[in-house]
Amino acid sequence: MRHEGEWFDSEAGPVVRPYALTGGLTRPSGQRLDLLDMVRAVSTGTRNRPLGPEQADLLQRCQIPVPLVELAADLNLPTGVVKILVSDLRERGLVMIHRAKSVGLSDLKILQEVVDGLRRL
Amino acid sequence: MAYGAYEPGSATAVTPVTVKILVAGGFGAGKTTLVGSVSEIRPLRTEETLSERSELVDSLYGVERKSTTTVAMDFGRITIRDDLVVYLFGTPGQRRFWFMWDDLSYGALGAVVLADERRLADCFPSIDYFERNNIPFIVAVNSFDGTQHHSLETITQALSLPGHVPVIRCDARHRASSRDVLITLAEHAITLHHQAQFA
Repeated sequence: MRHEGEWFDSEAGPVVRPYALTGGLTRPSGQRLDLLDMVRAVSTGTRNRPLGPEQADLLQRCQIPVPLVELAADLNLPTGVVKILVSDLRERGLVMIHRAKSVGLSDLKILQEVVDGLRRL
Repeated sequence: MAYGAYEPGSATAVTPVTVKILVAGGFGAGKTTLVGSVSEIRPLRTEETLSERSELVDSLYGVERKSTTTVAMDFGRITIRDDLVVYLFGTPGQRRFWFMWDDLSYGALGAVVLADERRLADCFPSIDYFERNNIPFIVAVNSFDGTQHHSLETITQALSLPGHVPVIRCDARHRASSRDVLITLAEHAITLHHQAQFA
């Protein structure tokens, strides 16, 4: 790796070969996934190919809707890998993705609710 | 965009509104500690894959490169209501990680730049990023060793911050202090919102 000296410092994690975990898939398919997209297992899909252990685990954990980023942390996998595994599950009809509505500066009412909610912590 | 029920015929499970708050700062400034102290779930770490610097374009979205390493990302969750959830994302602020911010900052309420006053210069890349991208931010000086080397005014000047950017002290180890940091940010975002309305 060309910039090895610059990359491997205290902020960087281990070198991984993520495609080893994705059955050789290297890119997510379909609509781009966000870290906060909610993933939920559905029962209608087809299992024309056997699920890898990571995907089986993923499916198990999203019987209730779970944000993608939490799945990544729970499974201790890089988010890039989880995006690929989830997009494959989606293609096969085994999960549905629901995009959480993200609030920026636009919604004053919700911002105030956040302030009030934080004060109650 | 429509936000429906999860399955046709299912009346349950409304997708919650999510609010993202970013936590940036140099190495050792206390990002992991702050996210962990205020999150209702155990501090979670995940990793983003990233490719070589020369190939950063779209590097969050694909793992085909052989030379892939990862960068740690802390995240936490605060449930305000069943249908309103705050997510905290902590990642390094160095310039080479900016592409991660591009992904994370979309739709974010704002950012906390954590500063270690012994290494103030570590904040510059984070401040630079949020200023450039017009993302509301505050600076929280993490005084975890109990000593205060500089006044907040001096720190504001040293960081060349505009007067409206809040600069506060915190102890990221303590939940109440970390919560107050988030409240300061949310109130700052509200202030900016009002200013934009009446500008």
